[in-house]
Formats: sequence, structure tokens, C-alpha cells
Amino acid sequence: MSTPKSLFDKVWDAHVVRKIEDGPDVFFIDRHFIHEVTSPVAFLGLETRGIDVLFPERTFATADHNTPTINQHLPVADPLSANQLKALETNTAKYGISHWGLGHAKNGIVHVVGPENGITQPGMTIVCGDSHTSTHGAFGAIAFGIGTSEVEMVLSSQCIMQPKPKKMRVTINGKLGAAVMPKDVTLYIISQLSAAGATGYFVEYAGDVFRNMSMEGRMTVCNMSIEMGARGGMIAPDETTFAYLKGRELAPKGEAWDKAVAYWKTLPTEEGATFDIEYNFDAADIEPQITYGTNPGLGTGISQNIPLANQVKDGEASYKKSLGYMGFAENEQIVGKSIDYVFLGSCTNGRIEDFRAFASIVKGRKKADNVTAWLVPGSHIVESQIKEEGILDILNEAGFELRQPGCSACLAMNDDKIPAGKYAVSTSNRNFEGRQGPGARTLLASPLVAAAAAVTGKVTDPRELI
Amino acid sequence: MAYDKFTVLKSTAVPMPIENVDTDQIIPARFLKATKREGFGDNLFRDWRYNGDDTPKQDFVLNNPIYSGKILVGGRNFGSGSSREHAAWAIYDYGFRCVVSSFFADIFKGNSINIGLLPVQVSPEFLDKIFKAIEADPKAELEVNLPEQTITIVSTGEQESFAINGYKKHNMINGYDDIDYLQAMKSEIKTFAEASLY
Repeated sequence: MSTPKSLFDKVWDAHVVRKIEDGPDVFFIDRHFIHEVTSPVAFLGLETRGIDVLFPERTFATADHNTPTINQHLPVADPLSANQLKALETNTAKYGISHWGLGHAKNGIVHVVGPENGITQPGMTIVCGDSHTSTHGAFGAIAFGIGTSEVEMVLSSQCIMQPKPKKMRVTINGKLGAAVMPKDVTLYIISQLSAAGATGYFVEYAGDVFRNMSMEGRMTVCNMSIEMGARGGMIAPDETTFAYLKGRELAPKGEAWDKAVAYWKTLPTEEGATFDIEYNFDAADIEPQITYGTNPGLGTGISQNIPLANQVKDGEASYKKSLGYMGFAENEQIVGKSIDYVFLGSCTNGRIEDFRAFASIVKGRKKADNVTAWLVPGSHIVESQIKEEGILDILNEAGFELRQPGCSACLAMNDDKIPAGKYAVSTSNRNFEGRQGPGARTLLASPLVAAAAAVTGKVTDPRELI
Repeated sequence: MAYDKFTVLKSTAVPMPIENVDTDQIIPARFLKATKREGFGDNLFRDWRYNGDDTPKQDFVLNNPIYSGKILVGGRNFGSGSSREHAAWAIYDYGFRCVVSSFFADIFKGNSINIGLLPVQVSPEFLDKIFKAIEADPKAELEVNLPEQTITIVSTGEQESFAINGYKKHNMINGYDDIDYLQAMKSEIKTFAEASLY
């Protein structure tokens, strides 16, 4: 009898072109996403070497990191940003790569666009020069972020050199409580494991909580895997996955669909498969979460106080530096803290379910006067859904405006920067120093927590408003 | 891109005993707008190194003239966060050739090796010894020997070995890179791709 295999092992082993002795695996990549920021130097490398793109049909380009989220029909004002967008357009045209650039009907954040157009499928290997490529693991794909040297490798050979990571399984059973979203589940896991707790591992999420989660929720969870150091996270494909994918533009059709589904059904981890490390949590222990420090591991249940230095895994000096930057003190209550900005969006929480959740709280209420809110859909498709479902009307009535798709204030590469010293409740993925703008102070949270903050002007438990 | 060969590096080191130094600190996103790989060293640790008005922050280690050298020594979980290779480029462009820590984030570690910047992972105890040696004497030298896979505090002779896989070690010693290797096996890759389900 053969050894029971995990989902991760099955997908990984099916993509090893060659094993190098005392070295990495030569690893085949099915789909490659590129964007304007981490690809130009890779294309320059191809030119310098005089080599071609091997399989242009396996790469998809979108502009997202450095695009404006207002007036996208006008020329981009910043000449460096405009130049980067132009480089992507020129490079993709030269090599025959699909390019959904600024203004294209399918433009949006790469990790929103890939799944919603059916590019992302179970059993695939997917890479992109962006660490949140882990998002696509929600479909049972092995998906992870790479550097620009590796972007050049994939363009030129459709392979990268990758040592096989160790395996971790995180199992959560039980039923989630009121106002607890997938974002809370992932922030809870990261707070338990720390920002480096899964470094060197690839994570499989298992148990009732993930089985009962929507595809968009699974994407939020897998997206944040990198925030505990994991290269990626994945969830076994099931009927929820197939129902989401069926009929999407680039998903298999007809006979090919049936064949694909039959294969995808063989992928889930077998009983008895072993992992290098396992964690088990109880859904009942998870309440709406919020971060208070400068790495995503420094988060807690919203009703809790900020921990003492001896209660966290970070060293005391680093922890105090972190709280100093945030202007917080040990043992302080987080609820009730006044905030200045709210950001709803990003590859973590920029999908339709996130906007529905946000709208469910602001409906019939008004935006607090002290809050500036930036609501940024993950793609034009999400933007259309927001309008068609009447969510835009709810947002407008409550005093909110909708911006245009892009990464926006998640990394503040464009003009969407939170000013120094200001507090932002953000549905994005990173609360690093200066991440949302020099001196900006970020509190990561779910769309419901963000909505509660937006209408009250302070950190508020969303369970009081639902 | 071929890079400088790495064999033995003996140098003073710059100490940065801070944990979780993420790639947004190493190079903030607003400095990622270039389409060429040049000049990133100017913005290395930009917001720790400079005030809002671009004057240097005197208390930051890179602005302290008593510290210099080709080795950067950082705290645990160095290079976490974004996959931006610009972080490794900025460190290399500034003049470092080696980063020492007790723990590296995966993507940063891979990116560094790919551009010829050697990440050396040591035990927390040895990292502490290095910080103490530099504290006692800012001109204390470290010797990083890639062929032997050792790092030594020259003044005390204390030594530890570090791990690197044989393939990557061979590449760094010779200045080879993965793209040349992959180009050489293109026909094998094409055959593999023909059998692909996707």
C-alpha cells in the first residue's frame, strides 16, 4: 500500500521537472501573473541575455500596484508611475502576453482578477512577483510569491528552482460566532503562531470552518498565510470550489470540465497523511480581531486589552518599539480608540462579499465626521457587482464614496497614503511601520470591524451594531 | 544577471539588533517605481535613515560613522513581508555582500542568494556574540567563508557553521545563475509542458 499523500505533496510532485541533488527542485509553473512593479527588470534581463519568453500564453499581466484609484481615464500624473505602466504595456506587447492594463474592463488587483476570470484552478502551480500570490491556494493550487530574478526564470523557462518546503496543517473545527469573518480567522491564527511562526512551511487549512467558508473567504485566509511567514496556504478543492469556477471565462468547458473535475476530486489530503507540524484551534475561541502593533502577529480579540511585553513572542525591545510607533501602551483597551481613516479594499478584502459585509453595518447609519474613508474595489468586475446589487446606493446614502480598482492604500505606492501619525483601520494585510504611508499607524481588521469604525469614528466591536 | 563571485569575505559589520525587519522598512514601496535595477541603495532603510525633510536621523546605525563594512547583522526574522527583490538589491547596492541573522524570511533569503547577497543564518546565541563583539569594538571583523560554510568572529576566534545547499553554494562561488541552468534544460522543460494538464 502506498503512503497516504497530502494535497500539497500531490500538486508539488506533479510539477517537478528535475530533482537536483543537494539542491532545489526544477519546478514547473502552470500560470504566471505579472504586474508593473516587479516585472520590468525581469524583461530587461531577457533583453540583456537575448532570450525569449518560452510560453507567453501561460503569463497574464495586470496593472494594479501603482495605479491611481480616481480619474483613471486621465493620463497618470507621476512620470515614474506612468513610465512603469508604459513598460508593462510595451513588454507584454513585444512578447505576446495578455495585458489587462489600466482602463481595461477586466483590470484589477492581480489576486482578485485571476480567480474571478477562472485563470486560477485546483491542482495548478501559480506564481507572481508578489507575496500575496498565496491567495490562489484557496482553490487547492500551490501558489506563492517570487522575486524578480524568478520572474525572469518563469518568463524564460516556465520554471523556478525551489526547495520543497515543510508541511503544516492548521485545523479549526466548530462554528464561528457572530460577526466573525474569514479575516478574523486568519488574524487569530497569525496571532497564535506569530509573524514568523510558519516560516519554512506550506500550510494546509482544514476542518469545518474552512469547509463551510465561501471561496472568497478562503482566498482571504490563504492570502494572509505569508503574514505568518508561510510561503503559501491551501485548501482542498470541493463542491464549493467547483461551483465557483464553473462557467468562468477561462475555466475548462464541456468535456474538459468533466475531466478536470474528476482529477480535482483526487487531490484532497488522504487519511493518514503526515505533516511536519500540526495546530488545532476551536472556532468558538475566535472573536472579531484587530491588530495593535507593527507586524500582523500583534493582534488580539477586539474586546481584549493590548498584551504586556511578556505575553507576546516578539522580544521586549522590538515590542516596545512597535507600541511606541503606534502610540499605544501595554494593557490599554483597544475598543474606544479614536481613528482617522478607514480603508476597505486590497487583495485580502476587496471582493464583493467584503463590500456586502461593510454595507450591512453602514446601512442606515452615517460616516463619522472625523473619518476619511477609502473604499476601493478589487477589480472592475467587483465594482460592477457593487453597483448592480445596490450597495453603492447604501454607501452613498451613508456618506461614503467608491474609488476605482487597484492596490491603493494597502502599500501606498500611489497617492493613497495615510498621513503621518494618523490611525487607519484597514482591511489590508500589513501593519508594518510606514506601510500605508510614512508614519501611518495601521490597525488591521475585517470589513465588519472597519465598517463599525467608519460609522462611530473609533474602534468599535461590530457585534454591537449588527 | 551574473554577479560577483563569493568565496571568503572578511569585513567589519553594521549591527541592527531589531527583530522582524520587514522589506517595507528595507525599501518602502514608494521607491519601487524604477524600471531599471540601479540606485536602490540610496533609499535603503529610507524612513529609519532620514527624517521627513530628508535630513539624516543621527541615531540610525547607517548614519553613525563608527560602523561600516560589507556585512549587515540583523535581528530575528529578517526580511519578512513583501517579495520585492528590490530589498535585496538595495542592500547589495549600498555595498553589503552578506546579511547575518538568526532567522530569515523565506522569500528574502531566496532573492538574496539569487543576486549574490549571501544570507548567513546563525544560532540566536552566536548572533548575540556577534552583537556583543561589535558593541565592544565597532571595528571588530567577521570572516564569512563560503567554501567552508563558516562564520568567525575574528577577534575571539569563535566560529559557527552555516547551511546552504550544494547547488546554490556552487553557483555563488562561481558567480553562476539559475537562468543559465534552466536555459540549458529547455528541451526537457518543453517535453514536460506537453504532458501538462493545464
